[in-house]
Amino acid sequence: MVADLLRLKLTLLRNSLRRSPWQLVGLIIGGLYGLGVLTIAVIGLLALSAADVELAKTVIVLAGSAVVLGWLVIPVFASGVDMTLDPARFTTFAVPMKQLLAGLAFSGFLGIPGAITLLASLGTVGTWWRHPLAMLAAAVCAVLAVLTCIVASRAITSASTNLSSSRRFKDVSGVLLFLPLILLGPIISGLRRGVENAADVLPGFAQTLSWTPLGAVWSVPADLAAGSPGQAALKFLIALATLAVLTWLWKISLAKALVTPVHSAGVRRTGGKLGAFDLFPGTEAGAVAARAMIYWLRDPRYTVSLITAAVIPLVFTVPALQSGSLGILNFAGAIAVFFLVWSISADISYDNTAFALHVGSGVRGRADRAGRALACGVLAVPLGLIYNLVGAAVNSSWIYLPALMGLTLGLALSGLGLSSVVSAWFTYNAPAPGDSPFKSRPGNNFAVLGTQLGGYVGLGVLVLPEIILTAVAFGTGRPVFGWICLAVGLVLGMVLLSVGIVLGGRLYDKRAPELLAALVKAR
Amino acid sequence: MTDIPNSSSRPVLPDAARPADPEATETSMAAPGAATDSPPALVLRGLTKRFNGKVAVNAIDLDVPSGSFYGLVGPNGAGKTTSLSMATGLLRPDSGQVWVHGVNVWEHQLQAKRLMGILPDGVRLFDRLSGEQLVTYAGLLRGMDRETVKERVKDLLAALDLAKDAGTLVVDYSAGMTKKIALASALIHAPRVLVLDEPFESVDPVSAANIRDILHSYVSSGGTVIVSSHVMDLVQRMCDHVAVIAGGNVLAAGTVDEVRAGASLEDRFVQLVGGRHETGGLAWLRTS
Repeated sequence: MVADLLRLKLTLLRNSLRRSPWQLVGLIIGGLYGLGVLTIAVIGLLALSAADVELAKTVIVLAGSAVVLGWLVIPVFASGVDMTLDPARFTTFAVPMKQLLAGLAFSGFLGIPGAITLLASLGTVGTWWRHPLAMLAAAVCAVLAVLTCIVASRAITSASTNLSSSRRFKDVSGVLLFLPLILLGPIISGLRRGVENAADVLPGFAQTLSWTPLGAVWSVPADLAAGSPGQAALKFLIALATLAVLTWLWKISLAKALVTPVHSAGVRRTGGKLGAFDLFPGTEAGAVAARAMIYWLRDPRYTVSLITAAVIPLVFTVPALQSGSLGILNFAGAIAVFFLVWSISADISYDNTAFALHVGSGVRGRADRAGRALACGVLAVPLGLIYNLVGAAVNSSWIYLPALMGLTLGLALSGLGLSSVVSAWFTYNAPAPGDSPFKSRPGNNFAVLGTQLGGYVGLGVLVLPEIILTAVAFGTGRPVFGWICLAVGLVLGMVLLSVGIVLGGRLYDKRAPELLAALVKAR
Repeated sequence: MTDIPNSSSRPVLPDAARPADPEATETSMAAPGAATDSPPALVLRGLTKRFNGKVAVNAIDLDVPSGSFYGLVGPNGAGKTTSLSMATGLLRPDSGQVWVHGVNVWEHQLQAKRLMGILPDGVRLFDRLSGEQLVTYAGLLRGMDRETVKERVKDLLAALDLAKDAGTLVVDYSAGMTKKIALASALIHAPRVLVLDEPFESVDPVSAANIRDILHSYVSSGGTVIVSSHVMDLVQRMCDHVAVIAGGNVLAAGTVDEVRAGASLEDRFVQLVGGRHETGGLAWLRTS
C-alpha cells in the first residue's frame, strides 16, 4: 500500500510532465534552484566542521529550526503547494490509516522540497566527521528531522482541509494571509536592524531553541560532540516526542478530513440585488464591466491584486522613512496604478473556461475589451489620484502635482490599452477560480516572464513622453511642464486606450475560439 | 452564406461509407431540398477535429430539421461535446462547415450565435456571481435591454425552481442547480435553436420534468432543441429525432422510430456501438 502511494505520486508527476513540456521546464528550473541551495548548504555545513563546536551548534540549530518552521508555515500560506496526494481524495478508499499515514509521509520525500531538505540535513553528517559518535547521531537525526518536517506540514495541511471546506474561510484566509507576505520586506528590514545589534545574543537564542521541538533534533550531534551525552539523550527524546505528537495530531485531523465532505453549502439567499449590474450601463460593455467589478471585490485572486496595488507604495515607503526622505511617495500613485492596470493583461486567463459564455454569446471584442478596461480603470484611476494627493500633501510638493497626475493618468490609460491587446493575445496558466491566489502552476515560467518583461518595456515606451515631461518638470521646477504633462497624459492616454481597445477587440474577434481552446487545454 | 448543400450535392458526401440508415438520409435530404424558405435548423457538413493527431470527430454530416427535438447519443468520448462545440462556434473545426438556419456559423459568427442558445458541458461558469446576476449577465451580453432581462430572469428562475436561491453565489450551488442556472443563461434571449450538452446530468427528477415541459412547449412553438445524452430512455421518450455517434462518426440518424427500427433505442444503440460482453459478468461479485 505504501509502495502504491509512492508509485501514484510518481505517476501523477510523470503524467503532468507528459501533458505539457513546459511542466518539465518548470520542474528543471525548480530542480536547478534546489540544487543550488543544496550545494551552498552542503558546502557551508562541511566548512562548519573546521569551526569550533559551539559555533557549529549555533548555526545548525538556528538554520534547522528555520527549516522546520518553514515546513510548518508555508502550507498555511499556500494551500496549493503540493496537494497531489490531497487527503480529501482518499475519502472513498478504505485505506488503513497506518498505511495511509506512512505512504503520505514517505511520498513527501518524492518532491524537490522534500529531497533537498533530506540531502541538506544529511550534510550535517559531514559537519561532525571529526567526532564519530556525533556523526552517527547526525545521520539518524537528519532523517528524524526531515520526517518531522514532512509530518508537520502534512498535519497542518489536513488540519486546514477541515477548516477550508467552507468557501468563505478559504476566500478570506487567502486574502488575509497574504498581507504579511507583501509586507515581508519592511518587516525583515526592521528585524534585520534588531538582529544586527544582537549578534552576540544568537548563541543564547540557539541554546534556548535547542530545548524546543523546533531545534532539539538538530542539537543532538552537537551535544555529543561537546561531550554531554546526557543532554543529547534528553534532546533526542524531545525530538522523538515531537514526531510522535505531530503524527498523532496528523492522524486525528486526517481521520476527520476523511469523513468530511470537501464542500459544504452556504446560506440560501433570495434575489433582488444585482449589485454592480445596476450601476454600470445596461450595454454589453457595461455588463462586462459590472461582472469584472464584482470579481475585483469578491474573487480572492483579484482582491489580492487590488490590495497589493494599494499597499505596495507603503512597502516602498518604510525603507524611505529610515532614510528620512519621503520623495518616493510622490510616485506612489504611478506605482499603484501600474500594478493594477497591468494585472488585467491576464484577465481572460482568470476567467478560465467560464470565458465560454463570452464566446458563445458572441460578445463583440470591442465591448469585451472596453468593459474589462472600464472596471479596472474605475478602481485604478481614483487610487492613483488619491496617492498623488497624499504624496503632494506629505512632501508639500503641490507644484509637481500636475506632472505626477499626468504621469499617473498616462500610465493608467496607456496601460489599460496595452493590457487590452495583451490579454486578447496570450493566456497564462493562472490560478483557477477558487484556488489559492498564490497557487502558481508550473509550466508557464518562460511564457509569463517573457510577456511580463515585454509588457513592462512596451508600457515604458508608451508613456515615455509623460516620463520625460515629469523629469523635465522636476528638473526645471517650472509648473508649465507639469501642466503639459497632465494634458499629454490625458490626451495621449485616451488615444492609446482607444487604439488598444480597437486593436485588442479585433484580435479578440479573430481569436476568441483559440483563446477558449487554450484555456480548456490548460484547465 | 446561403449556399447550403442541397440534394444534388448529397451523393458526393461519403454516405456510402455508413453502415445503416437509408431512411435517415432520406429525411435529412428532404429538409434542405423541400422548402428553401425554411432551411434546417442546423446543418453539419464534413465537420472534422483532431487533437494531437488523434481524430475526435471524423468528417460528420448531420441535418437537424427545424422544429425538431433532436437527441445526440453516444458512448463516453464519442465526440458529442466536440461536435456540439464546433457547431456552436466555441471550437474551430479543422475542416467542414456548419449552418444554423442558413447562416454559416464560422463565417458569420455573431449572426449565427444570436440564433443559438447553448449549454456547454464541462466549462466553468462565472460562479462568483449570484444566480440572478449570472443570468442577467448572460442576457446583457446578448445585447438585450435591462427591463426585458429583468422580467425574463424572474420568469426563468421561477420556472427552474431557483427563485429561493437567486441571491446565492453560483459557486455555492449544487451540481444540479448549476446545470439549471446554466440552462437559464442559455434560454434568456429566446434563441431559435437550443444546443444543450448533457442538460439533465445531476438534475433532480422534479426539475428535470419541469425542464422537459419547458423544452416541449419551446419545440411546439417552432423552436429546435438539440440535446446530447447517454440516457437512452430519456432520449426515446423525449426526442423525435436522434443521431447515434461513436468514435467520431455518425452511425445512424433520423427519426427515433426509424433509428430504433422496432427495438428499444437502448438495444439498437448497443447493437450499433457494440462493446457488450457475452460473459456472465464477474463471478466473484456474486454475494451468494
